[in-house]
Amino acid sequence: MAVEPAVVIERLRVVRGGRPALEDLSTAVRAGVVTGLLGPSGSGKSTLIRSIVGVQVIDSGSVRVYGLDAGSPALRSRIGYMTQAPSVYVDLTVEENLRYFARILDQPPARVGEVVEAVGLGAEHDRVVDRLSGGQRARVSLAAALIGKPQLLVLDEPTVGLDPLLRRDLWQMFHDLAAQGTTLLVSSHVMDEAGNCDELILLREGRLLATGTPDDLRRRTDADDLGESFLRLIEERP
Amino acid sequence: MSPRATGATALRVFSQLRRDPRTIVLLLLVPVVLMALLKGLFVDNPSLFDRIGVPLLGLFPFIAMFLVTSITMLRERTSGTLERLMAMPLAKLDLLVGYGLAFAGFAAVQAVLVSLVAFGLLDLHAAGPRWLVVVLAVLNAILGMALGLFCSAFARTEFQAVQFMPAVVLPQILLCGLIVPRDQMAQVLELLSYALPLTYAYDALQRVSEDILNARLALDVAIVLAVTLAALALGAVTLRRQTP
Repeated sequence: MAVEPAVVIERLRVVRGGRPALEDLSTAVRAGVVTGLLGPSGSGKSTLIRSIVGVQVIDSGSVRVYGLDAGSPALRSRIGYMTQAPSVYVDLTVEENLRYFARILDQPPARVGEVVEAVGLGAEHDRVVDRLSGGQRARVSLAAALIGKPQLLVLDEPTVGLDPLLRRDLWQMFHDLAAQGTTLLVSSHVMDEAGNCDELILLREGRLLATGTPDDLRRRTDADDLGESFLRLIEERP
Repeated sequence: MSPRATGATALRVFSQLRRDPRTIVLLLLVPVVLMALLKGLFVDNPSLFDRIGVPLLGLFPFIAMFLVTSITMLRERTSGTLERLMAMPLAKLDLLVGYGLAFAGFAAVQAVLVSLVAFGLLDLHAAGPRWLVVVLAVLNAILGMALGLFCSAFARTEFQAVQFMPAVVLPQILLCGLIVPRDQMAQVLELLSYALPLTYAYDALQRVSEDILNARLALDVAIVLAVTLAALALGAVTLRRQTP
């Protein structure tokens, strides 16, 4: 495709807590599709996501989003970010949380109702977040990321611990958003989810293991199952 | 900075407070009860009650807002909401001023309530204007908020944040002149007291209680305001867009 990638990463190195979390990482995120960021826990997924959103101090290399350095003020209204732990106010209701973020992002009040419905929390809209289950809290956090109608949506493990039906609905929504032109980067440590993505970026121990479409990876490793592909890719490496 | 985002932040902080009625009741009732206690303590010496009661009335909001802000801001840091906000088009000033507005509003309610009870029911006397005591109390609350905000950056847990209260607030109360006049302290402590903002907050209240509305009072207020702004600026530095 001739479309410019939404995110371009070159030779990125990040040190966290005294040890390298990402090392010599170069890759790109295609615009307008759902890209899965997969790897075991501790492989550097969250660090990469934080680097793209621009909240991570990086040691060397570059991360550019829509041609601007990650973290540029102009990008703040164009990126929706869902952190791994639900980052919402537990002492406010679902609606109070979202109304606050909507005001910051200059969205009309009606937008709150739309995102509440989109994440399936219609029945919980006036409950205090404290009283919600872990999966429901994660969806409040997801709704907060959606609220500004961002061009790039970066989601750190959005489907962890969710009911399978709900997970299917969310993946459907991710693809609907991509069809409308949104770029999505979705991380997961569960290989089952890789098949739901248009493109994949596989990480292991802070390094890039492979990129490509799910079919590419299956073909390249001669495996039917993406979990098996992942194993073979690791074994190919010295 | 935008009035919309600042106002939204103030409203949000206010809703969070409202969601916790027990804290509100404690914040409003504890100073009133302490004031009544003080009245009983000095039942045979009403002039001493006036000498201590008026400054204390203006210092309660400082203590309360220091604690409330350091805990609230620490929660904001540890829950990830600060990271979310820093990734959004929200100016740091929107956040700081939003907090300031919400807590100053609450401190005003607190100060008005305590002064109504103290002046109305407990027969507390101030030679100077009572409204000025309330105004100084609100300014002190904002000072407490600014210092609490700054200190929260040095705490990792709520346990640690609570410890900043005796570490940062108590020495200032001991040295500000409320308990022993400053010129009667060991000289090194007297010199130290010049470096502590509560000294000026106390001095201003004490002047109002004796109706000495002079230039020195204006200077006290100016110093309290300057320290508040400096602490807010330092607090803004501790709000990082990017973290390691």
